[in-house]
Amino acid sequence: MRVLVTGASGYLGGAVAGELIRRGHDVRTLQRRPSRVDGALDVLGDVTDAARVRTAVAGMDAVVHLAAKVSLAGAPAEFDAVNVEGTRTLLDEARRAGVTRVVHVSSPSVAHAGTSLVGDGTGRADPDRARGDYARTKALGELLALESDAPGFAVVAIRPHLVWGPGDPQLVGRIVERARTRRLPVIGNGAALIDTTYIDNAVAAIVAALDRAERVHGRAYVVTNGEPRPVGELLAGICRACGVPAPAWRVPAGAARGAGAAVEALWRLRPGRDEPPMTRFLAEQLSTAHWFDQRRVREDLDWAPTITIDEGLARLAAWTAARN
Amino acid sequence: MQVAASVPPSGLPGLPDGHSRIVRAAGAEWHLLDNGTALDAAGVTPIGTLLCVHGNPTWSYLWRRLITGATEAALGEDPRPAWRVVAVDQLEMGYSARTGRMRRLEDRVAELGALTDELGLAGPVVTVGHDWGGPVSLGWAVDHPDLLAGVVLLNTAVHQPEGRPVPMPLRAALAPGVLDLATQSTPAFLETTLSLARPALSPEVRDAFRAPYANPDRRRGIHDFVADIPASSEHASTPELDRIAAGVASLAVPALVLWGPRDPVFGEAHLRDLLERMPHADVHRAEGAGHLIAEETEYAAIVLDWVGETLAPASDSDMSPADGREAPSEPIWAPMERNARRDAPALIDMGAGADGAPRVIRWATLAQRVDELAHGLVAAGVRPGDRVSLLVPPSADLTAVLYAAVRVGAVVVVADAGLGVRGLGRAIRGAHPDVIVGALPGLVAARALGWPGRRISVATLSRTLARSLAVEHSLGDLRRLGQARIAGGSGLPDPEPTDAAAILFTSGSTGPAKGVRYTHGQLSALRDALARHYDLGPDTGIVAGFAPFALLGPALGARSVIPLGDVTAPRTLTASAVADAAEAADATVLFLSPAALANVVATADALRPSQRAALTRIRTVLSAGAPVPVHLLEQVGELVPNATLHTPYGMTEGLLMTDITLEGIRDAATTDTDGTGGVCVGSPIDGVDVRIGPLDDDGQPTGRLTTDPGVTGEIVVSARHLRDGYDRLWAVDRLAKAHATLEVRRHSTGDVGHLDAEGRLWVEGRLQHVLVTADGVVTPVGIEQRIETATGGRRAALVGVGPRGTQALVAIVEGGRTPGLADSDLAASVRAAASRPLAAVLTTPALPTDIRHNSKIDRTALAHWADALLRGERAGRP
Repeated sequence: MRVLVTGASGYLGGAVAGELIRRGHDVRTLQRRPSRVDGALDVLGDVTDAARVRTAVAGMDAVVHLAAKVSLAGAPAEFDAVNVEGTRTLLDEARRAGVTRVVHVSSPSVAHAGTSLVGDGTGRADPDRARGDYARTKALGELLALESDAPGFAVVAIRPHLVWGPGDPQLVGRIVERARTRRLPVIGNGAALIDTTYIDNAVAAIVAALDRAERVHGRAYVVTNGEPRPVGELLAGICRACGVPAPAWRVPAGAARGAGAAVEALWRLRPGRDEPPMTRFLAEQLSTAHWFDQRRVREDLDWAPTITIDEGLARLAAWTAARN
Repeated sequence: MQVAASVPPSGLPGLPDGHSRIVRAAGAEWHLLDNGTALDAAGVTPIGTLLCVHGNPTWSYLWRRLITGATEAALGEDPRPAWRVVAVDQLEMGYSARTGRMRRLEDRVAELGALTDELGLAGPVVTVGHDWGGPVSLGWAVDHPDLLAGVVLLNTAVHQPEGRPVPMPLRAALAPGVLDLATQSTPAFLETTLSLARPALSPEVRDAFRAPYANPDRRRGIHDFVADIPASSEHASTPELDRIAAGVASLAVPALVLWGPRDPVFGEAHLRDLLERMPHADVHRAEGAGHLIAEETEYAAIVLDWVGETLAPASDSDMSPADGREAPSEPIWAPMERNARRDAPALIDMGAGADGAPRVIRWATLAQRVDELAHGLVAAGVRPGDRVSLLVPPSADLTAVLYAAVRVGAVVVVADAGLGVRGLGRAIRGAHPDVIVGALPGLVAARALGWPGRRISVATLSRTLARSLAVEHSLGDLRRLGQARIAGGSGLPDPEPTDAAAILFTSGSTGPAKGVRYTHGQLSALRDALARHYDLGPDTGIVAGFAPFALLGPALGARSVIPLGDVTAPRTLTASAVADAAEAADATVLFLSPAALANVVATADALRPSQRAALTRIRTVLSAGAPVPVHLLEQVGELVPNATLHTPYGMTEGLLMTDITLEGIRDAATTDTDGTGGVCVGSPIDGVDVRIGPLDDDGQPTGRLTTDPGVTGEIVVSARHLRDGYDRLWAVDRLAKAHATLEVRRHSTGDVGHLDAEGRLWVEGRLQHVLVTADGVVTPVGIEQRIETATGGRRAALVGVGPRGTQALVAIVEGGRTPGLADSDLAASVRAAASRPLAAVLTTPALPTDIRHNSKIDRTALAHWADALLRGERAGRP
């Protein structure tokens, strides 16, 4: 199969592209920077650029769409341009180019209104209630993707929750960086149960969705390890695996949300290169439970995680040790 | 003012459209809910009609769950026999017409008859009435014997019991000047009624109840209804109520009374009056519910189950107790009567004699005392079937009065002080004793808390005290009455083996304590089972440190001794007290509650050589009621080196089901090969049949009963010494008898476990503590044991958070200073020990346990706490 992977310079995108190549597929990638995925053919460009997108999808059978603006701060218009309009452009061009399958990689935050999620199923994406510009625009993007599902154009949305693993600059990288500079709080009592997804499991789920797109099209699935853990224990585990001190200070959940809002507002006025130390979204992520019912996705995709959290932490520790 | 009937607005919560109709009868238009059309449209012919009559100030909306439940049952995927539900709005009420006429009870009964004539209602009809709809529905029932098939009542009355004032809320509403204001000008009466529900009604449901009573004109009916309450004998509606009340007593149809005890209007006296008129009624008391029981419980499901079982064609559910077919063994008082001439000690009450010396009761004395008390009870007016509540601590007096009451066919009500005053009061009020026999603390509580029943004191009280506690007799008085009666040559009634003999209350560790009814035949069978299994008989010496079994001493013909100390506080029992008792009775058998064992071991150092010697003569130790840790049993074993230690498994509903010895427990630990785990409670004793109702994927015991090894499911037991049933808990009783047949009485225990290849039973937890994860069903006890082993004996509980089907497992380990997440080392070792993935490991300084046993862990409370904590909320302590 000829597959276009967008956003392959990212952690998850690169891993998906690599896995598809290992499985013998022809892989092309589309992103602004080189993907550095061995065996992939890079098309450099932005998903907002219709001409580049047209070039990238030409001759493809399938698309895995991961390119997105993934950030906790930034101007709302930038999120809309990439996550909504970029997705629309990609879908239009893919359909026109005769692509038959699309796996749209989304996020559980598209259906998360900030309350705790306890064993929830996959809720409908809701841009009006999603928290922050990232979640709002990802929700709009997912709705666009699923609405474009049609005979001969099978679209399925996969929402991996908090993907992490060795070499992950997003979750692990930020946690380690913040822990090192003592800016990593455990909000509340650190007991909120959080689902996460080890990188290999997320990749396998996306590949399974691509394989089964014609049977499961039109649907969205949250994907996790199915092993919820207290957030404090997870952060401590990741810190331990990476050889940095575990989080030390605690902020009451209510106060942190207030602080998050203030910092976020301030950041809009004085945009800088780093992200604000805490935003409301992050505060909510760290202080309320969010874990999911994985029964349907496992059955529909005929997929199950193969790497447990403990095994993942061991691999992370081994990777860290090998680098030092 | 006149207003035509109308239909309610659509979209009221829980009330589907399409059931409303307007019918003209008795000169006025009625609104009613009727699923007849829906059944008809589906081509379903109902087997009968439930005619539902609301009270004041509700309307037919009250019956919405009954009408939807009946319709779904009839038209659902697995259709059951169909019942038509007709729920009327009484005239001037709900959405029926406002005619401006004042209607009396007599009018309402006649008008309801006119309505059913107009509807052409053919039989069979079951009337359903709540509040003042009760008398109206019963009036219809009395007037339509040909159509009537049954009656269902929810918190209602047909008679104001003598000497009792009209309930306070109604008296207030009836006061001059208040009536108009409370009922019509303002919605106060309506609002007060709606505020009675616990938990509170949702705002939407409240609005639905208010909807037809939006202004004073529409509330006129509420006013008239209250004004029509026959609060005095001169009231215009008193004759009609009296006529209905008298008629109810001659109704021969099945009856179901659903009762919410937290009702400021209709109290226990009203329920008692109803049951005196309908002694055959099935009763279901819903503890925690009150006047608006229809909003507070799943009453609709209970009513539909009841009509289905009681009235459906080809019903085979009216079980007859299997005991009747077996030769009954001798009554429990027979050994006492046989020994009536013997001078040997029957009962020794350590410390009850003068100067703290043992009080020795000889067989001849005991038999005479029991005979005198029995005659005295009869002389005092106690009749067979009367309920006698015993608020007496374990003592010779308790034993004597218990056997006397049982001897005359009274039903003894035994509730443990371990329930606490609230639990005890709830149990006693619910059991409706005719007589309370009490020591002083019990009588004071009975007086202060207004428990029902005539009072008899154990001790002779001063006249002032007796009067202030409403005590009619002392046991001394009873004996004198009895002696006179014996002298007069009167005999005693002889209860049949199938007559009720006792109501024993459960520990209440899993909700409100439940009354468990035993017949004479079942108590005899229990005595026989104990005697056979432990080789107890005439002249066995028994130290009775555990009340339920202790009371059976005289029935066994055995010599029993009550050790010094407060038996209701087993944790205070000392080794010396046990040894002294053993010595005094030359005892070979020791009954101790699990809670007593630890203190006995802890106080063993104080034993003198002679006391130690007395303990070496013990050959059997029996401790039942809760699991006992092996290390504790081993320590007890060192004190009684020649004894076999038994920890039988049973419950209030079946006191001796399986048995295991310390050696058996050790053996089980090494041969638990299938790894399912749990507590091995040994093999069924002779005459007990243990089966397993396998759990389905949802953790429900829906499978066919099996004895296959390794199958986990609900433990279902059968034995001659099993209970007869639950008292006034129709729905609970039905559930517990789900596997019973005409031939075999069975009890579904609510415990979960499996049998192994050797036929031994392993208990894995309670049914309501079974967890359903995405990977399947999990029972808690086996995993808890592995965690306890891995943490050096710290107690642990396994609970689930999240929706059933995808629950996440959480282990809670006792210890630590503040409740919260376990530290990482403990978490890691607990995770490694548990055979299933755990989402979290928590600690708390003390696991909550039940009052009586101090050992059954309250996993439900822990699950609530863990859920809040793991949502990221402030959770406090479990």
